[in-house]
Amino acid sequence: MFLIPNAVVRFFHRMASPPHFYAFTDKVMPWLIIVFVLLTGFGLYGGLYLAPSDYQQGDSYRIIYIHVPSAWMSLFIYMVMAISGAIGLVWRIKLAEIVAISSAPIGASFTFIALFTGSLWGKPMWGTWWVWDARLTSELILLFLYLGVIGLYGAIDDKRVASKAVAILALVGVVNIPIIHYSVEWWNTLHQGPTVTKMDKPSIHVSMLIPLLLMALSFKFYYLIALIQRMRIELLQRERNAQWVKAKVSELR
Amino acid sequence: MSLFYAFLAIIRRDLLLAVRRRSEIANPLLFFVLVITLFPLGIGAQPHLLQAIAPGIIWVSALLAAMLSLDSLFRSDFDDGSLEQILLSPYPSSILVLGKIIAHWLVTGLPLLIVAPLLAVFLGMPMQSMGVLLITLLLGTPVLSLIGAIGVALTVGLRRGGMILSLLVLPLYVPVLIFAGNAVEMAGSGLPVDAQINILISILCLSLVLAPWPTAAALKMSVN
Repeated sequence: MFLIPNAVVRFFHRMASPPHFYAFTDKVMPWLIIVFVLLTGFGLYGGLYLAPSDYQQGDSYRIIYIHVPSAWMSLFIYMVMAISGAIGLVWRIKLAEIVAISSAPIGASFTFIALFTGSLWGKPMWGTWWVWDARLTSELILLFLYLGVIGLYGAIDDKRVASKAVAILALVGVVNIPIIHYSVEWWNTLHQGPTVTKMDKPSIHVSMLIPLLLMALSFKFYYLIALIQRMRIELLQRERNAQWVKAKVSELR
Repeated sequence: MSLFYAFLAIIRRDLLLAVRRRSEIANPLLFFVLVITLFPLGIGAQPHLLQAIAPGIIWVSALLAAMLSLDSLFRSDFDDGSLEQILLSPYPSSILVLGKIIAHWLVTGLPLLIVAPLLAVFLGMPMQSMGVLLITLLLGTPVLSLIGAIGVALTVGLRRGGMILSLLVLPLYVPVLIFAGNAVEMAGSGLPVDAQINILISILCLSLVLAPWPTAAALKMSVN
């Protein structure tokens, strides 16, 4: 712990308390929304209007501005879910448990969007809606993993127990994440190899790359906004008998 | 009493219980045979087609049979309370749970190996892939039991855990299915299958080491 500055530790300590979290998110939410709207605006303008069309794929490549960020998010959110689940499991922090379970439906939606847009792109490009390629299949399995997490949480009545179960399941599912990531190299079928992460010489042009990165960042902000909203609702439900929730409710009346 | 002795005692107890209730051994086996018989009936008796998809059929059926048998892993112990006693014992519960999983595999997984060659002949699978089929089953079915145990441990306390169990477990079975099915198919065309076998071995080693922990943790969560 000595490596982490005191102020940061204090910040997280305070964040772990539900009433403080609730008040804090009240304050930051408008700023998050402003940043999200700006990023999405610039990203979409750059991607759909400024970026040139591809010499092979024409304009239909532009779906990557939704498809690729969603696919990144689907993995990223799973990692967030597993890590926060582990934190909840080890240190019994209530808020970490809520982060884990509130992330699941958002992650499932991003996974679905990635699959759906990929399929839309695949029809004109590959001539088929669906290919049993390793990467597509892994993404589909990721969707099933998310649905399993959501289903398990719904099936257990005691929500504290359910959070623990979900954390264990998410950690087990993390084994699947590297398989998804390296499946391109392993099986190497129809799906094109990664084009962005080749650091030495990216095979995507800068005018196309910048909007893509903007969109990726804007999706991160969207996730943060959706996550905080879900967490607040989950918190109110779980803490409905706590003093601070009662005070909040009587304030509204 | 040493830990190893306790581990063996658990295996012995579970095997004894299985011998007393023979239907538990027979059920998954019958299911395995039945599902495989359904495929020719469903797609027509075309030898070439059947031969081509035989590895996949056998492996998918083995997967379903393994999943169907999972419920018996902790169910009776959970109902009569002996599971709590096992978890309360002074030995690490992950080791004792591993003993239960091994006993379960001996009862439900190993018999699949014995009938699999017969079914492979039914489907007209080439003789040269028979050995590889047995090796993949030998390496793969323990993984199915080990991974499945995590799912059962999570859902054993639920009243209707069956549907949710398949949703939890089947996605995690996919790597085994891919490599095992691929190995048998490759062997059928006379290609080397060392890579797939090695990956299956490493998956087995990984799940042997890692799976008992979440299983024990999930059982503790389900019991209280």
